[in-house]
Amino acid sequence: MGKLTLCNVSMTYHTLHTETKTLDDISIKVDEGEFVVLVGPSGCGKSTLLSIIAGLITPTSGSVYLDNKIISYPCNKIGYMFQKDTLFEWRSIYKNITLGLEIRRELTKDNIDFANNLIEKYGLSSFKNYYPSQLSGGMRQRVALIRTLVLNPEILLLDEPFSALDYHTRLLVSDEIYKIIKAEGKTTLMVTHDIAEAISLADRIIVLSSRPAKIKKEFNINLSIENRTPLTSRNAPEFKDYFNLIWKELDKYDK
Amino acid sequence: MINNTPSKEHLEYISKIKRRNTLITLCRILILIIFIAQWEITARLNIVDPFLVSQPSKIVTTFFKLMQEGHLLRHTYVTCIETIIGFISGTIIGTLIAIILWLSDFINKVLEPYLVVLNALPKIALGPILIFWVGNGQPAIIIIALTISLIVTIISVLTGFNDVDEDMIKLVKTFGANKYQILKYVVLPHSLPAIISTLKINVGLSWVGVIVGEFLVAKEGLGFLIVFGGQVAQLDMVMLSIIILSIIAYIMYAIVSKIESKYIK
Repeated sequence: MGKLTLCNVSMTYHTLHTETKTLDDISIKVDEGEFVVLVGPSGCGKSTLLSIIAGLITPTSGSVYLDNKIISYPCNKIGYMFQKDTLFEWRSIYKNITLGLEIRRELTKDNIDFANNLIEKYGLSSFKNYYPSQLSGGMRQRVALIRTLVLNPEILLLDEPFSALDYHTRLLVSDEIYKIIKAEGKTTLMVTHDIAEAISLADRIIVLSSRPAKIKKEFNINLSIENRTPLTSRNAPEFKDYFNLIWKELDKYDK
Repeated sequence: MINNTPSKEHLEYISKIKRRNTLITLCRILILIIFIAQWEITARLNIVDPFLVSQPSKIVTTFFKLMQEGHLLRHTYVTCIETIIGFISGTIIGTLIAIILWLSDFINKVLEPYLVVLNALPKIALGPILIFWVGNGQPAIIIIALTISLIVTIISVLTGFNDVDEDMIKLVKTFGANKYQILKYVVLPHSLPAIISTLKINVGLSWVGVIVGEFLVAKEGLGFLIVFGGQVAQLDMVMLSIIILSIIAYIMYAIVSKIESKYIK
């Protein structure tokens, strides 16, 4: 079994008028250190899946395993990053980064040193006392990632983390964040509807159908390129082939 | 980029803005002077009845007379204290109730129609009842001021609470935050601007409450002076009280605005 395993997860939302099935029997296995990207049409339930893994909602049926054990919540081995950076405007960058430690009451010397190390390593030292509104969108997203990494999670969940950025920044930030994640050796599960972004980042891509989301196909991404990063990946000869394959997969189920 | 030697156009632009601002201030002062002057003149020439509208010079004389008798400061002080206690307690109690309603969605839903009714009710109507309950004195005045601002505070602070970005709450939940931590780390700091802006509304509402309260029960205070002046046909005294009221109300409002700009960037 892998690092993170989802077994037959289904989710149905209830309202007084109707019930909506959003996830239909999803089983996913993510290996240690792997970067897996879920691609699917907007509103297919990708974010719901991440919320289930993070323990924010309970699935109607099925279960989530971490290291072959049924996961119990609250689970401090999972870090979650959102589409918006959700930085707290009233806290300084440093205070934002240590927010998780503060809430978990883990502001020990070791943890603070660890936080300061990450801040130093990823070029945020001179911004420690700034406030979020003084930083650019890309920089804010970097702070959001460091805020997650400070808690030293084993699994990272990324929910369309670049989609709020403009195209140019998006390429740069995805490159930067990919490098940080790889350097820290985190197992990552990301959700996006941007096919090119998915190929540029992923070791493996899982294509979901529109609602209720089912797994349609999986692609192992092998690019013949050295020192692969999201930016160089886009130059790989296989890039457009994968693009077309996935595009066709998505296209089929949108109709 | 900050340019250390501003261009000629920029200097011209600055002086144009400055001239405009000076002109605005001048006009404001001018309106005041003209208003007071025409009031004094028309009253002296008996174009308007000085008994009904009073006149600036008489108001000034009344001011010094009352100051010499030593009551005016006392009246002003009493009214100020009642107002301050009224709006601060209204804001604090209202925020506390809003917190309870936020913590329990069930209680919130149950009480919703009652809040709507209470909000629509003119709280002044409760005045006579409150006087029966808490007695004929200062507590009654403060409670009237408080009831006026309380419901508005609850509703607007609660709106501020519910305005918080869901993702922020989700985020701290992934950190393992419980409901009180969500309140402490996300909801309260996020709603601070909303709370301070209710403070601003409450200053105005508390003045209404206190003056009405003083109309009903007081033996001292500016509201009392206004009623008393009316009863003894001393309109100079009434006008003076109203002028003092507006000056103090403005000062209080300015202080709260200062606090607001300090906490809200």
